[in-house]
Amino acid sequence: MENIYLTIVLAPLFGAIVAGLFGRQIGRAGAHWITILGVGLSCVLSLNVLWQFITGEAEVYNQTVYTWLASGSFNFEVGFMVDTLTAVMMSVVTFVSLMVHIYTIGYMHDDPGYQRFFSYIALFTFSMLMLVMANNFVQLFFGWEAVGLVSYLLIGFWFKKETAIFANMKAFLVNRVGDLGFLLGIGCVLYFFGSLDYATVFAAAPSHANDTMTLFAGHEWSAMTVICILLFIGAMGKSAQAPLHVWLPDSMEGPTPISALIHAATMVTAGIFMVARMSPLFELSETALSFVLVIGATTALFTGLIGIVQNDIKRVVAYSTLSQLGYMTVALGASAYSAAIFHLMTHAFFKALLFLGAGSVIIAMHHKQDMREMGGLKKYMPITFITAWIGTVALVGVPFTSGFFSKDAIIEAVHHASRAGSGYAYACVLIGVLITALYSFRLLYLTFHGKERMDEHTRSHLHESPWVVTVPLVLLAIPSLFIGYFTVEPILFGGFFDGAIVVNAAHDPLLALGEDFHGPAAFALHGFTQWPFFLLLTGFGLATWIYMFRPDIADTIKARFKPIWTILDKKYGFDEFNQAVFGRGTVFLGRFLSKHGDQQIIDGLVVNGSARAVGWFSSVLRHVQSGYLYHYAFATILGLIALVTAFVLMGREGL
Amino acid sequence: MIITLSHFLILGAILFCIALAGIFLNRKNVIILLMAIELMLLAVNMNFVAFSRYLGNTDGQVFVFFILTVAAAEAAIGLAILVTVFRNRRTIDVEELDALKG
Repeated sequence: MENIYLTIVLAPLFGAIVAGLFGRQIGRAGAHWITILGVGLSCVLSLNVLWQFITGEAEVYNQTVYTWLASGSFNFEVGFMVDTLTAVMMSVVTFVSLMVHIYTIGYMHDDPGYQRFFSYIALFTFSMLMLVMANNFVQLFFGWEAVGLVSYLLIGFWFKKETAIFANMKAFLVNRVGDLGFLLGIGCVLYFFGSLDYATVFAAAPSHANDTMTLFAGHEWSAMTVICILLFIGAMGKSAQAPLHVWLPDSMEGPTPISALIHAATMVTAGIFMVARMSPLFELSETALSFVLVIGATTALFTGLIGIVQNDIKRVVAYSTLSQLGYMTVALGASAYSAAIFHLMTHAFFKALLFLGAGSVIIAMHHKQDMREMGGLKKYMPITFITAWIGTVALVGVPFTSGFFSKDAIIEAVHHASRAGSGYAYACVLIGVLITALYSFRLLYLTFHGKERMDEHTRSHLHESPWVVTVPLVLLAIPSLFIGYFTVEPILFGGFFDGAIVVNAAHDPLLALGEDFHGPAAFALHGFTQWPFFLLLTGFGLATWIYMFRPDIADTIKARFKPIWTILDKKYGFDEFNQAVFGRGTVFLGRFLSKHGDQQIIDGLVVNGSARAVGWFSSVLRHVQSGYLYHYAFATILGLIALVTAFVLMGREGL
Repeated sequence: MIITLSHFLILGAILFCIALAGIFLNRKNVIILLMAIELMLLAVNMNFVAFSRYLGNTDGQVFVFFILTVAAAEAAIGLAILVTVFRNRRTIDVEELDALKG
């Protein structure tokens, strides 16, 4: 098994190295073939591993492959832990990655950085696999930082574009905030458990449930709460939860394929995966879970609202991603970890589909992304149109689509949860359904329906994208529709994740939910009579009425609710606040330290000061140098006399 | 009268002091300085020979040969330097050789 896992991880890395270092020699076709073969191999093997877990042939694998360094009693190792949770993640990551690789052939067709792009996305696949397959915290952190690095490189892929540079810097800096929390969390784990190995830590977790630590003098904190909140801060950065969500919309400056792969389907879900993986720790802290719940609910609702007022097609999808990540986080906070992973999986398919669909539209529009200049595209690009509709119905959660099963499970789980903040979370996720429908259908109507608002030149060149673009769309549309129906029962209620995810039965919302579960069809039919479905219909109706039949009233509403619209358009002022307080504050602090600390104290006092002291001392001492030989001779004799005297006087006793 | 070790040592000391006086009192001629240094070495040699004879150990006399050799070499080099100094500066007056003044 070890060789298979090593191959899964290293095949994309091999492709990345060859395409990155020898891109010029192997040419464009060589670069996409080598990386696609590498990722394809990983994908086939991962699906095989997943299949073995489904049929029950495979056993949980937890082995150290290589000891990186040993320091005292701590070993830093590279190892793999493969269980059902990992297998699902591996399959999702490699499958979406493979689709994106194929799609990129069409999307980046004319780009001069073709080989570099393939090298990066293959490297990303490697990093992400290292992250999900880790069996210890250090390797998890390695993968965590590596995907962050590739994300940085890819957001700034068009490095001559000013806004892209700003965006990748922003993504990097915001992620540093989260990573600091994450690193502190790992440090606390090491401190309390004395080990960084998953199995050891999870086994020891219950016995540490009542440990406390002192953060400020006089206040005892539960160690588990502190560890979990710190780890979750890391997840907030990577999975873009409020208030660390600000980097994700800006990351849309990067090429669309990576928006689909990294900033929708895989990397941003690393935080969700991590919390699910750490479920044995999180289950020990009610406080941390409530924190997770509230943050997730806030993100789910309030970022969705921003999506309604955006005009850039990719940004709408980006805010939708934020909102859906919020849903996953809510599920984590409600102890419904499997529902979070389930939504992660279905979301990966339909959100990648939506992004790639948006990318297909962008290709046709000659890299224009403003929806106000689109409209009526359905007759020019039928395949993109149909797959985008499929993605949207899955996203909004129409019963029987995969999005319905996962999202409804989350909403029901929150409904059954009894944790502090669950009432607020339930309200947020319910309203979120309405909001999701509103912005999703708005996007569809503005893009594919209504009047054709583009200029004559663009219109004359409109055509369906090549097959390398449409085939991934179709391949992603299939799981977007059907995978939920077939997997809902084993994943949520069948105990597929038993052993990988630990839930305290006393507050497992999925247990309560499972009692009412009578097969996926009944679940979906039941969905037609529930609140989320009516909210969904309301959102659909509103969007249809406004954007399909009465485009003029959109402006009226905008004028009427100007203050709210402004707040949403400004994204609640997070960017301005960060710029003003953290950005300028840091620049000010830097200037202050550079001027007073560096120039005055270090340069002025320490460096130049010591030089000046030497100069002054020698200006005094130089008068000793008279230049007359007999003065030197005299000094020599005096010295001799002094030494002889000392020798005679002290020699009697000592020498 | 019997000539003892102390006589030799006193002779050495007198020689040394003459050399010392030569260095301090002479403000003019570098050649005299060189001669005074030679005299100092001779004073040291005198002590070496005296102690060697007194202690019945020939090591001291061997040392004297070394010192004489080195002194000869030193005198040769010193005079050679002196010649070039004179060529360049047209003087060997100690008072005027103060290029090292700080």
